[in-house]
Amino acid sequence: QTTLAYQKTAYGKEETLTSLEDVTSYNNYYEFGTGKSDPAREASLFKPTPWAIKIEGAVKQAKTLSLEQLMKLAPLEERIYRMRCVEGWSMVIPWVGLPLKALIDWAQPTGNAKYVVFISANDPQTMPGARMPILDWPYVEGLRMDEAMQPLTLLAVGLYGKVLPNQNGAPVRLVVPWKYGFKGGKAITSIRFVEHMPQTTWMKAGPREYGFYANVNPQVDHPRWTQSSEKPIGGGLFGGRVKTRMFNGYDEVGQLYSGMDLKKYF
Amino acid sequence: MQLPGSISPAQSISYAKIVAWLAAFIPLLRLFYLGFTDQLGANPVEFVERSTGTWALVFLLISLAITPIRNLSGQAWWIALRRLLGLWMFAYACLHVLAYVWLDYMFDWPDIVKDIVKHPYVLVGASALLLTIPLAATSNQRAIRQLKRRWKTLHQLVYLVAVLALLHFWWLVKKDVTEPAIYILCFVLLMALRWPHWFSKK
Repeated sequence: QTTLAYQKTAYGKEETLTSLEDVTSYNNYYEFGTGKSDPAREASLFKPTPWAIKIEGAVKQAKTLSLEQLMKLAPLEERIYRMRCVEGWSMVIPWVGLPLKALIDWAQPTGNAKYVVFISANDPQTMPGARMPILDWPYVEGLRMDEAMQPLTLLAVGLYGKVLPNQNGAPVRLVVPWKYGFKGGKAITSIRFVEHMPQTTWMKAGPREYGFYANVNPQVDHPRWTQSSEKPIGGGLFGGRVKTRMFNGYDEVGQLYSGMDLKKYF
Repeated sequence: MQLPGSISPAQSISYAKIVAWLAAFIPLLRLFYLGFTDQLGANPVEFVERSTGTWALVFLLISLAITPIRNLSGQAWWIALRRLLGLWMFAYACLHVLAYVWLDYMFDWPDIVKDIVKHPYVLVGASALLLTIPLAATSNQRAIRQLKRRWKTLHQLVYLVAVLALLHFWWLVKKDVTEPAIYILCFVLLMALRWPHWFSKK
């Protein structure tokens, strides 16, 4: 994998990283299969280059952005973020990428842009899971505009200093560290600015289980999984669990939701 | 059939039991092997929970297959394997629960109780396990003699255990229900094979 040029940052310096082996072999990426080890095995046919992202919807002018252009919108930074999966496990990943804000500034959304929609690649030829009607393809995720502009929100193009492996969402994916992992759309092909809250893929698949916000919240339980604690990956058989923190520990985002009933808007 | 000079039926039943017992032991040995050689993957606890749960279900279905096999083959000796298979189901189910309370929750009982009460799939799984306890406890000859006709009635609980276990699996899956669907299909098939026998008895 190609090494990237990037700046180190203070984000997550104190965290213990999940091993590269675990980060790249234990993935939820249903386009490559529903098993955790499927993506690492099945993603080799997928071609992340050349790549272009469509910028569309409520913008001054619809346009297309190549991967090379994207990587020049802002200096690449390394950010070590905790990732909390809705299934109750977590990792710490050193991403390389740029703030989504840089792309939004470049895209020049109009006043009608209240939400941002991220549409993932859907190529049944190279994505065996996308041949099955497991989810309503393509995978769609979304953020409210202020969430998208939050400095933590990252477009990742790499991890562990190198270009993103296919199974982790190459060539470019979203990382929103205070939300459950599924909010981070992978292999993004278009970014659309819209006026109304979009229906995301998981909201369609299970409206009772997955809401639009999907903020990590130990007080709002999932019908299937305990959300008050999590199992850090890499702890081995006897590593146990740790308590899950509100907003996955990223308290600074709390102000985005002031006055909102987070039990209702889960 | 018995050839001259070959083993007696009683002996062949003991051999079949030994073979079944050893075969049932393999998944457990494999888990230990994978554990000691660090091959349980990124989430070893989930692996152990999955594996023991799956094998409990497999042994449950195999023990439910014994009666149809006997009926179809006309060979009564198959029944001799049923208790052994049922007890292995119980063993894997206990290991499954042990993995859950120990490896997953580190005996954090308040959290375990919360998990069971709040999540229907855990509750259903826990109920299935509880119901297997009287079955395992009355699997010996003495209990069979003492309970007489009631023994059979009691052991019909196994059908309820199967339904609960399958529901547990179905509900725990996030979206792709292929795997639990296969087990449910097997169960339905095994039940269907019992129908003609039930009717012919009445």
